[in-house]
Amino acid sequence: MSDAQKKDTAEQAEFRAYCQDWLAANHPGRPPVKIPQGALELSDPDALAWLKIWQKSAYDAGLIGCDYPVEVGGGGKTNCQAIANAEMQRAKTPYLPNIIGMGMAAPTVFFHAQDEVKQELLPKLLSGEHIWCQGFSEPGAGSDLANQQTFAARDGDNWVINGHKVWTSLAHFADWMILLCRTDKDDKYNGLSYFVVPIKEALDKGVTVRPLIKLTGETGFNEVLFDDFVIEDRYRLDEVGKGWAVAMTTLAHERGAGPLVTPSSGGMSLEEGKSVSTNNPLSLIDLAKNQPRDGKTAADNDVIRDDIMKLLIRREAMVQNGRRAAVPELTDHPMRIALQGKLVATELNQDMAELAYQIEGMASSLYVNDDSAPMGGQWPLSYMNSFGVTIAAGANEVQRNILGERVLGLPKSK
Amino acid sequence: MSTQAKNFGFGEDETMLRDSARKFFTDNASADKIHRLVASDPNIHRSIDCVWDQSLWQQIVDLGWTAVCVPEAAGGIGMPTVAAVALAEEVGRVAFPSPLLSTFNATFVLNHCQSEAATLALGEIAEGKATTLALTNSVGSWQASDSDVTVNADGSLSGSAYFVQDAKKVAQFVVSANTDKGLGLYLVDSAATGLTIIADGIIDLTRDQAHLEFSQASAIELAAPGTGVAAIEAAMPAILSIVSADMVGAGEWLLQTTVEYAKTRIQFDRPLGFFQAVKHPLVNVMLDIDRARSLTYNAACAYDSGNDDALKCAHMAKAQAGDMAVFSASRAVQFHGGIGFTWECFVHLFFKRQMHNQVLFGDAKQHRALLANIVMGAAA
Repeated sequence: MSDAQKKDTAEQAEFRAYCQDWLAANHPGRPPVKIPQGALELSDPDALAWLKIWQKSAYDAGLIGCDYPVEVGGGGKTNCQAIANAEMQRAKTPYLPNIIGMGMAAPTVFFHAQDEVKQELLPKLLSGEHIWCQGFSEPGAGSDLANQQTFAARDGDNWVINGHKVWTSLAHFADWMILLCRTDKDDKYNGLSYFVVPIKEALDKGVTVRPLIKLTGETGFNEVLFDDFVIEDRYRLDEVGKGWAVAMTTLAHERGAGPLVTPSSGGMSLEEGKSVSTNNPLSLIDLAKNQPRDGKTAADNDVIRDDIMKLLIRREAMVQNGRRAAVPELTDHPMRIALQGKLVATELNQDMAELAYQIEGMASSLYVNDDSAPMGGQWPLSYMNSFGVTIAAGANEVQRNILGERVLGLPKSK
Repeated sequence: MSTQAKNFGFGEDETMLRDSARKFFTDNASADKIHRLVASDPNIHRSIDCVWDQSLWQQIVDLGWTAVCVPEAAGGIGMPTVAAVALAEEVGRVAFPSPLLSTFNATFVLNHCQSEAATLALGEIAEGKATTLALTNSVGSWQASDSDVTVNADGSLSGSAYFVQDAKKVAQFVVSANTDKGLGLYLVDSAATGLTIIADGIIDLTRDQAHLEFSQASAIELAAPGTGVAAIEAAMPAILSIVSADMVGAGEWLLQTTVEYAKTRIQFDRPLGFFQAVKHPLVNVMLDIDRARSLTYNAACAYDSGNDDALKCAHMAKAQAGDMAVFSASRAVQFHGGIGFTWECFVHLFFKRQMHNQVLFGDAKQHRALLANIVMGAAA
């Protein structure tokens, strides 16, 4: 019996057993189409469709949105989402496609929208029937997120929106967008407001989505242009001018530091017969043992061994930090560990992928379009894609500012 | 694998003990006071003295801290290792000169000796008899089987033990010594005839260290020949947790002290901490401390749970703590600027303690190599 199981409440224990039974009978099996490494790289509609069926079935079974109230389409349980997540991971399920919806939009809508809007939007968000995207970044508002130029002008019971959003993952599939924009040009932080907008139904009617191509050659994110797009006032979250505070709810959950646990599944290997996990340093050991180097294997090289151990230690520290963060007496500042999450996870991922392609040696030069590429070229691809997450959601330089200022109390760098 | 507590075993008693220790040190061991005590003579060729506050040590004994990890059956309190780890973290936070951590380490080894003599020694520790380990040979090897001491036919010891911590503060030594039947462990009183304690001149002002010369020194057998290595190795996860905890505490003092300085020191019309060249490395120090702290609690908890992985967890903790120790200390000196390079700035006490800690019981590279042997198998 694992540590987690031992500490389950009666409700949690019953739910865990239910999840295990359901997953044993309802795992969707191998995908009929090629699935990219993560939901943010989705570009094939067939891959999305298959993943949406998985999310819907897991939602219908009660494994997604467990901790949200029943009135908004949730399961009405207490602290059960983490259990469903763990059991889905253990069952090696596919990932969920609506990750921005569940990770960022859902908690923001839940904490800031009117009740009728919550009831309208959250059920189809949690079921994955509606895919969501995030309209925060702009050409002039990246790390300096509050420098929003997209403008919403009041027009009776409506707002008219004009502006330009960039790096918008999943916008090409999205039904809805969470949108941060300016409603007052004279006040940087108090001049922002927050909306949810149905972009798919407005395509070519005030909303244009254009794909951007990443340095890997993959699509997956976009730019979104608003040209006199009209949205009803009821889709505004919280008060006019309170957009920055609402955005903080979104960002806290994006960094894993919000009160609601994001539904997530995963664990399924992407390539049949290949167990490459690009987020566990143990997979580097297997890689090294199978990679010739200097007449032996890479696993016999002392420098490589030392480098792998450094990453293994960082990974274990992440796990143990998570364990310690749950014990208030053992954390000096309530946000000290929570606010480190995004930074340490994304940098570990990047460093793992970098070491992996170095272990692969010359063969790492082969890309995913070459059948001889080791592991289907996943490691060098993972390395290149890793910059997406060290930059996104507040570049890690901004994360270090946040930690330095909010946790250590150092003066603000602006 | 045994079940491990979600809170690493930090129950109410452990937290209370930690909080009372923090108060005790806040009241009695300010950096200013410690500096006046141990750093009165900056002369690089100063005489080798052991300076410490024995009245404070007596208070620590009266508080019962030496009894924390002594089993109840041997007259102790029998708390989990995390309790000692909590105390070690507080000791590190004030760079406190005392034989407490050495006494913990000796306790862990004695707990694995399974002899009547060991039980008696544990009882004496519970009552406050400071004890330290003498396990290291002339090249400073941490291999349990390496010893330059041998047991004579009459049971006395001859030879030398090196790099013995807190040697001038303790009343007795747990010594590893060779016999033709393998390594055994022996208790030697600090006043024993045939024992000479030769103090080392060391960088760390908050500790003392010595090499011991045994010339037919009388000794009591604690672990029979052939059982000494197992006893030392069994205790090693706990020992590594203790030294890592000291490093975590010292690291946190270095971080917080440097943060305070960076908030108040003005250059270019701004506090230093405004500049990201200072702010971001301080955040990196924090990340490193948190990693070390969590891994240390995990190692102690794994040891307490009898987990097969305990040694692996301990290698991770000490490796991380080792790198963190260097980093926290180097950034503290660097960001204090000119004043940080002087003897009058308290930072050097902690800087030097971290240098010492880094190599004590093996450095980061060594522990990563040992970890690799466990998780990857030995290299071809």
